[in-house]
Amino acid sequence: MRDFANRYPVWTGVLALLVVILLWLIFAIWPPGLVDAVGSKKIFLSALFNGITLGGLYFLVASGFTLIFGLMRNVNLAHGTLYLLGGYVGFHTADKTGSWLLAFPVAFVVVGICGVLLQVLVFRRMEGQDLRQTLVTIGISIVVADLMLWGFGGDFFNISPPSWLSGPVETFFVSSVRRSGELVYLKYPMVRIVIFVAAVVVGVAMWLALNKTRIGMMIRAGVDDRDMLSATGARIQIVFIGVFAFGAGLAGIAGVVGGTFQSIAPGEDTRFLLASLVVVIVGGMGSIPGAALGALLIGLAEQFGSVYFPTYAVVLTFLIMVVVLAFRPEGLLGQQK
Amino acid sequence: MKKLHLGSLSAVALMSALGAPVLADGHAGTLKIGALATLEGTYTQLGEDSIRGITTALEAAGNEIAGRDVEVITVSTDGSPDSALRAARKLVEQDGVDIIIGPLSGSEGIALRDYSKTQPGTTFINGSSGAMETTFVDPSDNFFRFNTDGAQWSVGLGNYVYNEKGYETVATIGEDYSFIYTQVFGFATEYCAAGGEITERFWVPLGTKDFGSIIAALPDDVDAIYLGLGGGDAVNFLNQYQQAGGDANLIGGSIMVDGTVLNSEGSAKAALTGVPSSGMMADTSDDPRWTDFVSLYQDTFDEADRFPAPTLFSLAYYNSTSAMLQCMEAVGGDLSDGQAGFRECLSNLTLEAPNGDIKLDENRQAIGSNFVVEVREQDDGSLATEVVSVIENVNQTLGIDPAAFAAIGLPGRETPVCQSSY
Repeated sequence: MRDFANRYPVWTGVLALLVVILLWLIFAIWPPGLVDAVGSKKIFLSALFNGITLGGLYFLVASGFTLIFGLMRNVNLAHGTLYLLGGYVGFHTADKTGSWLLAFPVAFVVVGICGVLLQVLVFRRMEGQDLRQTLVTIGISIVVADLMLWGFGGDFFNISPPSWLSGPVETFFVSSVRRSGELVYLKYPMVRIVIFVAAVVVGVAMWLALNKTRIGMMIRAGVDDRDMLSATGARIQIVFIGVFAFGAGLAGIAGVVGGTFQSIAPGEDTRFLLASLVVVIVGGMGSIPGAALGALLIGLAEQFGSVYFPTYAVVLTFLIMVVVLAFRPEGLLGQQK
Repeated sequence: MKKLHLGSLSAVALMSALGAPVLADGHAGTLKIGALATLEGTYTQLGEDSIRGITTALEAAGNEIAGRDVEVITVSTDGSPDSALRAARKLVEQDGVDIIIGPLSGSEGIALRDYSKTQPGTTFINGSSGAMETTFVDPSDNFFRFNTDGAQWSVGLGNYVYNEKGYETVATIGEDYSFIYTQVFGFATEYCAAGGEITERFWVPLGTKDFGSIIAALPDDVDAIYLGLGGGDAVNFLNQYQQAGGDANLIGGSIMVDGTVLNSEGSAKAALTGVPSSGMMADTSDDPRWTDFVSLYQDTFDEADRFPAPTLFSLAYYNSTSAMLQCMEAVGGDLSDGQAGFRECLSNLTLEAPNGDIKLDENRQAIGSNFVVEVREQDDGSLATEVVSVIENVNQTLGIDPAAFAAIGLPGRETPVCQSSY
């Protein structure tokens, strides 16, 4: 942090100024002139929080994707399929048992097992052959998408959260002031707050596991030099399977989350594959903090775009990707090779 | 379906074996019908029920017309014009169907009107698509629409919400494509002429999943919000609207308060109780033709495989199929001479439909009844629309002088402008 400030004093100043402006926008009571210019504070705050929570969902999907890529150099284009499968498994679990919470472990385990199968049956057979892996996983995603259409139908499913999660809560952010001088506080959906907190917890736990544990040490060593790690006697294939299962399981959990605050239907698989590709390209392939930053940027871009310039909202996401590719091809937090 | 297919196949095989000319003169052999519906994407449920409408009509006719067996080839679209075009090409150029019934969604209809001009040998009978342009601009000689369009479905609603409900300002939110433009067009021309004001219009892409920010952007200071959403979008919106604690007065578009949304899983639909709307049907109409149709629909399918009652989409496809059946009978199954006799019959037909008599204007566009309705909870706890009033003989120009109507412009994001007279 201090290194960065010493090396780039100007950029640090700009960033600090932006943070101050953002904090002011969030906490201050907006003057009428600003409200006339850009619309009410409620719209801005909602877009901001929705962007952050949507980023949380994208992070859950993309972190598994980037973890798998970082360790094994596997480009798994069936990742969106794992997301959708997790959503369906979660919906049917919640539907049969009536328990929303139970949907998460079940989706994690079922999709994790699918991940193990993918690794053992497909990727291990074509280690190091990027093009073949890419084509085979595209093929698998098309076949499985049709199988799921056959099995689960073309309907949209919505996983209902338990009653203590539905409805709004009042936050401590002031959205406007009534003429009587009374402060109006922003109301925000409970379920989105919980999902965001969960995404943060998962992210921090992953970071801790990667940086503070023995397994994490092995994974990091594997990312840096796979051959040397296996020469030291570590059973690299077991590590690979474990990481693949975990990454796939995260996609499964994300499916349940996505089914709760949006809905799941055929076609969502490619949508989330594309989203996680954009996120890891922006954030940097193989980097967990990069995935978090990329997910946040893309989530915010989508939500602010849909409110402030709806016609071009779709373009904005890709504009970010193009800019990042043009100026920092390895991604914002990617390692230069 | 499979049985039917096998049966027709063996019939063809037998005829070939006897050396008889197959399909020689246009009134022998199997009649091939292409069914086009949205079986993917946001409108999946709507598409599934529309196919039930075709099946209901055909099974009631014993799956044959004028002595000819009927083969139905179903293709799926996703609501986009290019998917409809692809599907129609397959039906016409690969399967060689005689008649197409469909499509379901507004912009698909516009695409197929254009395509139908290049295929004069095939008759297109619209399924349920309701964009105004489809028949109003540059109509096609072989494209027939037996359902009223989205603007006609809005007739009566503007006056009702302004005069009876007292809503003086309204904001609209709708999916960003031709059918919803047409719906808002119909609503705005009547509501603004009555004295109401539309303050803002929000448009979201078809298939939007996350409405969070749009919901936050909805204004607080209007009397009501008009919802022009359907299928999965409608369910997603209502779900997130309740999560965000929304409690404004709502006005429903025709496919917002349809059985496809009112019967959805979950608590989303609860927000719709008491919501006024309008459309070409009412769930709880006591017209004997309607109740007969409801029991026919219910008897054709097992309870698990259908909605509790027919939706707008099964009705629209049922009507189109009925019109086709009646005219095929009238011409004795004879489609020779470029289907001229059959088309002549369709153009002059008065269809005694479950939702009232329907006849076509010179653009082959339906003139029919429209229902102003309100969503109410039924005795069994389900939601259904109840009739408030019925307006008969609604034509495509909504009773406005045709020249003045044309001057308003075609439905769009900002058209029509909200003004007190048109």
